[in-house]
Amino acid sequence: MSDDATGPVPHAPERGIPEDEELIIEQAPPERRSRWAVMGREFLRAPWTAKIGLAVILVYVFVALFAPLLTPYGESEIVGMEFEPWGGAFMLGTDNLGRDMFTRLIYGARNTIGIAFMTTCLAFLIGGAAGLMAAAVAGWVDQALARIVDVLMAIPQLIFALLLLTIFGTSIPVLIIVIAVLDSTRVFRLARAVGMNVAVMDFVEAARLRGEGLGWIMGREILPNILPPLVAEFGLRFCFVFLLISALSFLGLGIQPPTADWGSMVRDNATLITYGDITPLLPAGAIALLTVAVNFVVDWFLHKTSGLRDEH
Amino acid sequence: MNKLAKLVAQRLALGLLTLWIVSLIIFLGVELLPGDIATEILGQTATPETVAAFRRSLGLDLPMHIRYLDWLWGVVHGDFGRSLANGRDIAELIGGRLLNTLFLATVTALIAVPLALALGLLAALYRNSLFDRTINIVTLSSISFPEFFIAYILILFLSVQAGWFPSLSNVDPGEPLWERVYRVALPAFTLTLVVVAHMMRMTRAAIINLLASPYIEMATLKGISRSRIIVHHALPNALAPIINVVVLSLAYLVVGVVVVEVVFVYPGLGQLMVDSVQKRDIPVVQACSLIFAATYILLNLTADILSIVTNPRLLHPR
Amino acid sequence: MSTERETDMAASAPAEPLLTMRGLRIEGFADEAWHEIVKGLDLTLHRGEVLGLIGESGAGKSTVGLAAMGYARPGCRISGGEIVFDGQDIMALSEAGRRRLRGVRVAYVAQSAAASFNPAHRLIDQYAEAAVAHGVMSEAEARREAVELYGKLNLPDPETFGRRYPHQVSGGQLQRAMVAMAMACRPDLIVFDEPTTALDVTTQIEVLAAIKDVVREFDTAALYITHDLAVVSQLADRIMVLRYGELVEEGETRALLEHPRREYTRRLLAVRTLRKEEETGAGNVLLRVHDVSASYAGLVTVLDNVTVQVPRGRTVAVVGESGSGKSTLARVITGLLPPLSGGVMFHDEPLPPALANRDRQALRRLQMIYQMPDTALNPRQRVRDIIGRPLEFYLGLRGAERERRVRELLQMIELDPDAFADRYPGELSGGQKQRICIARALAAEPDLIICDEVTSALDQLVAEEILKLLLRLQKELQVSYLFITHDIATVRAIADDIVVMHNGRVVEQGTKAEILSPPHHDYTELLLSSVPEMDPDWLDGVLAERETLEEESPAGAP
Repeated sequence: MSDDATGPVPHAPERGIPEDEELIIEQAPPERRSRWAVMGREFLRAPWTAKIGLAVILVYVFVALFAPLLTPYGESEIVGMEFEPWGGAFMLGTDNLGRDMFTRLIYGARNTIGIAFMTTCLAFLIGGAAGLMAAAVAGWVDQALARIVDVLMAIPQLIFALLLLTIFGTSIPVLIIVIAVLDSTRVFRLARAVGMNVAVMDFVEAARLRGEGLGWIMGREILPNILPPLVAEFGLRFCFVFLLISALSFLGLGIQPPTADWGSMVRDNATLITYGDITPLLPAGAIALLTVAVNFVVDWFLHKTSGLRDEH
Repeated sequence: MNKLAKLVAQRLALGLLTLWIVSLIIFLGVELLPGDIATEILGQTATPETVAAFRRSLGLDLPMHIRYLDWLWGVVHGDFGRSLANGRDIAELIGGRLLNTLFLATVTALIAVPLALALGLLAALYRNSLFDRTINIVTLSSISFPEFFIAYILILFLSVQAGWFPSLSNVDPGEPLWERVYRVALPAFTLTLVVVAHMMRMTRAAIINLLASPYIEMATLKGISRSRIIVHHALPNALAPIINVVVLSLAYLVVGVVVVEVVFVYPGLGQLMVDSVQKRDIPVVQACSLIFAATYILLNLTADILSIVTNPRLLHPR
Repeated sequence: MSTERETDMAASAPAEPLLTMRGLRIEGFADEAWHEIVKGLDLTLHRGEVLGLIGESGAGKSTVGLAAMGYARPGCRISGGEIVFDGQDIMALSEAGRRRLRGVRVAYVAQSAAASFNPAHRLIDQYAEAAVAHGVMSEAEARREAVELYGKLNLPDPETFGRRYPHQVSGGQLQRAMVAMAMACRPDLIVFDEPTTALDVTTQIEVLAAIKDVVREFDTAALYITHDLAVVSQLADRIMVLRYGELVEEGETRALLEHPRREYTRRLLAVRTLRKEEETGAGNVLLRVHDVSASYAGLVTVLDNVTVQVPRGRTVAVVGESGSGKSTLARVITGLLPPLSGGVMFHDEPLPPALANRDRQALRRLQMIYQMPDTALNPRQRVRDIIGRPLEFYLGLRGAERERRVRELLQMIELDPDAFADRYPGELSGGQKQRICIARALAAEPDLIICDEVTSALDQLVAEEILKLLLRLQKELQVSYLFITHDIATVRAIADDIVVMHNGRVVEQGTKAEILSPPHHDYTELLLSSVPEMDPDWLDGVLAERETLEEESPAGAP
């Protein structure tokens, strides 16, 4: 057996004290590859569900961004008779007012996804900052914020949204703000939980002892270490917000006509179902497909970053 | 036992406090209404005299805290005031509908809870098998679909095409039980699909977490059979996390019920609330919100108390 | 081990060995691939023999112990070789067959008793479970035997002890309860997996005595796994030294201890003999803690009237077990926990009790190094930024100057700047991380460094290197250390002065020579005598001594 303890990978040895035999005291773990190389390799190894999910998301984003270039008609242009069948000038037929379904679907992508995305970003801004602060400062600030959030979360989100929308009306800015504030509570809980796990670590205490200010501790010590769960949560919250807005629109209380929006499109064309026509399922299906795609990608991401080791 | 009783009492008090604060929010929220509620409602016919008369009739000329206490007093005694839309007594309006919604929720829960727990347990035990991976994909899809999507698909296939179930669930109070269940079948099925998906995933995660405990490994090293480990070692410690899971999932039920009632035109509390929101019938909206919130708080309270009571460290203190 | 037993064993020339492993290979799964943890190990164990498996982390000793039961943890697999227990090839058996062996013929005692007992069931039920499930005896019989065993293991109130739940019982008692549970079916072999590592030194000695008695009485064979050579030499007939999954050396205990053949073994033996060369520093008192009392949230008093002094350039070791208040003392000094009474003087000026009120210079001159290198470094910062930040923050160094100083510091801690400046903590070993922590403290150019158990989480050889580094740095830079530890050997190695703490009070303090030589305060005596030594007769000696002390003073030992 060799006297030098060498492992299966090259390492940088520490200096041990040489006597009769060179005794290397420790093995160091191998050097990492660059971030991008690691991410690229991970993507190639991803399960088919995640890959399809990513592809779908990219298509949706593309459609949302380039909507005006992809549609044959205007967003709310009335171009034909009501409920025309598929084919001919109208690829997917027309809706209850004679507008082209295909155009409405594409614009719906832009509106619904755009609004949901902005809402999620706002929710993260509010909830993330508050959660991070609660974790960093602890003490009574944390207790106060946590209690407030507990109370806000005691009312189911849909109900609370309905209540607030009754009071404040259903214009788009109001919609965004109301849902963002309601959803920020969930983000707060997550940011606070993972933030606290990090805040109790010695390196955070070391920074405190150094005399670092709150901003440094929050932004440079805690935040970089909680990014993976926050990113995953962004995906999940986006799905939830997206579904919530669609549900509200479906109930007639969210995005108002004539803006093209998938939720209200389902509602407008619902009567077609009774005739066995699947047209109203198109916007509903579009919603479902995006949510499924995001969920698959987030699921894979969580699996990778939480280091769950499955049996082999 | 003293410590246990104290904890339970604390939790109860906290629950009541939360409920009270929620009632404040619901009441005060309306106060934030930009513009005057009377003007909003009266619209065209709003002259200063009619507005004043209307406000007096609603008691809006009284100071806020008096109105709140009046309202709260009424609520505690079952009087929610009158609807703005049709002047009817709200409690009457709500009574029947609440029962309908509870009926739908109960039917769903009775099917969903055992099914989800069983599936979740199996998926955790046979982790990474084909069964587990398939279930993972199916449930992930299910929680991603909006409820109305699932509802319309079911209507399309089971009602319009196959004709097995009615697509409108109008229930009359006088109907016999089995007739009600038949009418409620599709909405319940829709809700079950959603709730089972959430509950099953959470159960699976909770049990996998439990099975990773060192004392489970210790039991394996004592040569105990797998079935005994599950029943004797895992399950007693699984009560608390599973209760949590069930309650959290039932929360999805509360939300899903609203959409499903609208799709199937089921005369429940959810549909009432949506209608009232559309008509801006504020007292009704307040009343419905309060009831939904109270149910939610009650569910959470039950979960917390059950967790406390099943914790072996608290049952047998030092 | 008594000479009686040795002659007994020699006389009964062993027949078939109880356990044989030939060419054992075990793989672990990490980073999407299988790596070998155990690389072809041969092992023989006879009936009634105690075999010690010694090694540092990564040696694979736990994995080998579990393999003796035919078990591999999730993420590991037994990939090759032969394991024969009492003539049966374990790997050829079905899982059901292996299950029939576990608990009955081979039993396991885990490192953490608190985690290994089911919190929902009573201790006696868990004792009886294996016996009843395997049909070895009835429930009633098992319970009777449990009470007997609890008595033999010196557990309090043996008749009612078993009716308690795991969380109602102390750590040392729980560990003994686990030993009892393992003995329930009178197995041929017990695998002890670091059973005393998590215990205080004074509790450890009781558990060791219990294990030794029980194994002797029932003539059980044992695999005793530990990293502590002194502990294992009390119990083992033979010792195998493992490193990185391979055998380094094996032999009879006394022979191995007196004449180790391999360098690695020699280094392990030498670990407790490190000594500071001469007393350093003198004169001015740098830090003075006077009459400090503290508590957490006004509840339990954690520190009671503590007075400690640290002179310039010297090392003051604060030694105590868990609950002694030594870590709380550090928190008071650094300002994280303002005391209820008393205060801290630094450079003859009072330090503001709360961290928030201290100015940057005061903070700079007092630095701290932590116990766990894994959590002491921000995983998202490179080494050059970790060391560079204090340079920037305290000394205003930037750009090229900062870089130059970072390189200097890296060289001071014996790491190659080119290789290490760009690394993240995840790419470093435990000892290297701790060196970075030292460099981070040094970057501030402090007068006093508080070392909070800085070597407790490291392997012994690595720990020794770190201690040597600290000693060298002290000589060069004349920095003072307040060294908090529970390990007497470390204290002997680096202290100039010693402070002994127990239950929040200072029990005794003075120079190293004063404290370590008799006469001692009672608690110091207990502490010093509980530290295992590399002498196989040590345990029996201490126990005998304590027995005679008890007989002499019926009031009981401390």
